[in-house]
Amino acid sequence: MTIAFQTSDHGEEVDGFVTARLAGHWFALPISMVHEVFLLSRITRVPLSPPGVIGVLNLRGRIVTAIDTRQILGFTSAKEEPTFAIGIERGPELFGLAVDQMGDVLSSRKGERERAPSNLDKRWRDVVTAVQRVDDQLVLIVAVDRLFDDVISLVGS
Amino acid sequence: MEGMDELLAEFVTDTRDSLEQLDTRLVELESAGEDGGADILGIVNDLFRMMHTIKGTCGFLGLPRMAGVAHVAENLMDGFRNGEKVTNAAIDATLASVDRLKYLLGEIEASGGQEPEGDDSAIIEALKAASGGAPLEELPPTQPAPAPAPATEAEAPKAAAPAPKKPAAAAAKPQDNSPQEAAPAAAESSIRVSVETLEHLMTVVSELVLTRNELTEIMRNEEGTNHKLALQRLSTVTGELQQAVMGTRMQPIGNAWRKLPRIVRDLASSLSKKIDLEMNGSHTELDRQVLEAIKDPLVHMVRNAADHGLETPAERKAAGKPEKGTVTLNAYHEGGQILVEIADDGKGLDVDKIKAKIIDKGLATAEDAERMTNEQIFSFIFGAGFSTAKEVTSVSGRGVGMDVVVSNVEKIGGYIDVRSALGVGSVFTLKIPLTLAISRALIVGCDGREFAMPQTSVDELLKVEPGGAHSIKLIKQAPVLRSRDRLLPVVDLRALLDLPGARDEDGSLRTADETTEGFVMVVVARGMRFGLLVDTVLRTEEIVVKPMPQAIRSVDIFSGSTILGDGRVIMILDPNGVRNAASGAADGSMQSMAQGQGAEEEGPQKQTQLLLMFRADGPNRKALPISLITRLEEIDLNEAESSDDQWHIQYNDELIPLVWFGDPPDPEKKRKSPLLVMSDDGRSMGLLVDEILDIEEDEVVVQIPSEQDGILGNAIIGGRAAEVIDVSHFLGLASSHWFEPRGHDTQRAIPILLVDDSPFFRNLVAPVVIAAGFEPTVCASGPEAIERLQNGARPVVIVTDVDMPEMDGFAFAEKVRTMPAYQDTPILALTGLVNQDAIDRAREAGFSDYISKLDRNGLIQSLREFTRPSGQELAA
Repeated sequence: MTIAFQTSDHGEEVDGFVTARLAGHWFALPISMVHEVFLLSRITRVPLSPPGVIGVLNLRGRIVTAIDTRQILGFTSAKEEPTFAIGIERGPELFGLAVDQMGDVLSSRKGERERAPSNLDKRWRDVVTAVQRVDDQLVLIVAVDRLFDDVISLVGS
Repeated sequence: MEGMDELLAEFVTDTRDSLEQLDTRLVELESAGEDGGADILGIVNDLFRMMHTIKGTCGFLGLPRMAGVAHVAENLMDGFRNGEKVTNAAIDATLASVDRLKYLLGEIEASGGQEPEGDDSAIIEALKAASGGAPLEELPPTQPAPAPAPATEAEAPKAAAPAPKKPAAAAAKPQDNSPQEAAPAAAESSIRVSVETLEHLMTVVSELVLTRNELTEIMRNEEGTNHKLALQRLSTVTGELQQAVMGTRMQPIGNAWRKLPRIVRDLASSLSKKIDLEMNGSHTELDRQVLEAIKDPLVHMVRNAADHGLETPAERKAAGKPEKGTVTLNAYHEGGQILVEIADDGKGLDVDKIKAKIIDKGLATAEDAERMTNEQIFSFIFGAGFSTAKEVTSVSGRGVGMDVVVSNVEKIGGYIDVRSALGVGSVFTLKIPLTLAISRALIVGCDGREFAMPQTSVDELLKVEPGGAHSIKLIKQAPVLRSRDRLLPVVDLRALLDLPGARDEDGSLRTADETTEGFVMVVVARGMRFGLLVDTVLRTEEIVVKPMPQAIRSVDIFSGSTILGDGRVIMILDPNGVRNAASGAADGSMQSMAQGQGAEEEGPQKQTQLLLMFRADGPNRKALPISLITRLEEIDLNEAESSDDQWHIQYNDELIPLVWFGDPPDPEKKRKSPLLVMSDDGRSMGLLVDEILDIEEDEVVVQIPSEQDGILGNAIIGGRAAEVIDVSHFLGLASSHWFEPRGHDTQRAIPILLVDDSPFFRNLVAPVVIAAGFEPTVCASGPEAIERLQNGARPVVIVTDVDMPEMDGFAFAEKVRTMPAYQDTPILALTGLVNQDAIDRAREAGFSDYISKLDRNGLIQSLREFTRPSGQELAA
């Protein structure tokens, strides 16, 4: 199931976001931060690896670390194997943030985005920078850098 | 200005190259001058040309300091060309000028083209003085060239070249010019490419190789396609491309050796030694990354060889060696690896000295050290802070270094091996992979997963199965494998990685046991040998090593990952990581192994000894001091001969009696049996046991005495109960052979007094001395012994333990000396600790001799020595 997002036809500056669903919520990442979206397949689990790491896989000759995004954001792990991942480049490495489902690209003007509500889950408050209402759905816009701070703190522990 | 920057960068690279060559050639010139032969003129011409080029280029770039130094040095070289004598002073001065040029070059590079302020007159004066006072022409004032000078580099030196002064030089000139003219032609056929470009190329090619592999895998399952031919071509071309790209990264090892002649020369003069440096195989090529990694370790090892390895000329002469020592470097390919040997014909490693140091530093007990092989002993020199150099020289011997060398070499998957013979020399062999990017690995399967193991780390591969040639045995739940008479701790990869199959349904960890089938890779990591158990070994493969992703870098059991032909990622096992993880785990066999290798130390108060643990006649563990055992054998009972309940077996051309626990052995039931061979005075006996378990180091305190024949009692050994063997019982069983006191039968037994608080030792020592023809009166404490003496026991010799409660050996000896009747009676001290301090103290207390508790032969010899006069009296 995908939801369609309206695109802006106004002349003002439009930011693009990649949207994905995770545990019933829609999240959006700035398109400029996303390397590519790919199918999570043939993941090699790494024994003794820290929580939050699903495993490693080969993406056209590059080693990708698949991250259990649900665990990073405080959800329970998915029952089914995640199928898609959003590839994020950090330094020389490529990470794949596993998601339940991919959505369309969201084009958003600054005025359409609101500040994150203050009653947001504590864990998300640091990560979610803004929200946008799209067709009755609330899309949480995520700051990739802060998300990775969480990844590092989980993986490093 | 970009053009200028590039020019400068090129100048720096070229000049640095020339300066390194100058170093090498100057040292060659020096030794050629000494040997009198060789192509002195050729070398001198080279030197002149290189200096000349440097001077010319510097003039062109407006670097007056460098040009000035190079100019005077060039003049000196010119003098050599014209037959001036090559003196050591001249070489020294020229080397000093090369050093100055290197320094200036470094500064110029750092500042982006500016020469630092400074004065070179001392160096210039030294160069002038060295040229035998020959008049030198004045340096033409160099002017900073107008920036975009149209002159090329090749023209510049010619333009700046001073007119030859003497006719002879003029004759040499054309000959000298030809290489210069050839140079531009050579330059056109090669270009400079940045390292990053090559690295990128290598990455891309690695990916191409993987894609090719993937494609091949897919096509393998496709029937009758017409793509096969094209794929095959792609495959071949990819392979060639990979070779070619790898080729661009390869550099001769000689590049890393270039600095060495100079270093050795400087060392020789600062240490007042005579050293020859021989270098063979300098054309051997290896990956530049690897080359970078071993550069510093090599320099360090050559320094060590020259400083610690080689003796002074006087010492060499005294040892009957030529005064001049030789350090030899050999490099060659062997089985996909590069071997670099650093050999010296010096004094060799002193095993005893290293041993003393090991014990002194508390890295191992004296007993442990005594049992180690030379190889094991040598491996300690790679430990941090371990230096046996008596004096700290400016060159080396600060106790840092070898550990850094080892860790650098291990970082790139290599290792170091030492061979040495005292007085003959040492050979350090560096085994390093050809390239870091691609390596040969064993692909192994464990719990349905695959892992790669670097093949260079695997010594041996053993198949294990119950009843097979090799099978897993359990010692304290820790799996071990007996391989070539050695117990090898086995690390179960499944358990180590906590793979799903490693746990039972209730979640408890399962380890390998006797029923395990699989393969054991015998791995040596950091001096420890162990087996790594996996389910299957699938194949060997050339793998492209990918670095460890950051998120899982904390898992140090893996060193990286690689992509298989079918596109899957698998992890590469790191032998050192596995070793560390395994020895960190509560794994008894690894720990005892570590003890054997001196990694741990027992408290000094405890009188520990090494005990062989075995099973015989029942499930209980039995213990016997290893010092009593000569060898472990496995015998075929069918080969034994029996008569009147006495069994014998042929052992080393000798028929030795066999003894056993419980019922006589039944060859029908069990043919093969382990045998503990004990020897004394050239006689041997064999104790049949069911199974050899382990070696433990512990103190033997018999807590519950036993009524059973052959068992002294129960003791806690290695944290668990074990039965301590009463050796005297078995000595008694084999008595007809063992006890016959050779040549003493006519003599009366000599009375001695034996004092020891430990029943174990009393029971150990008593039968031994009885066998040697003495009659011991046994006392359990000092006061008891004093009482015996006061009551008129007249022992010829008193043997006493030193460490006893109540009254220790020293107090006992002092007390005995106060008794008039025993003032001259020899008193022998028995102890676990033998060191100079203790010996001195013993002499003061009035002891006649000081013997290790475990040294039976020493005790008998000493007893015989101290009783000999009376023996002679008897004879007379």
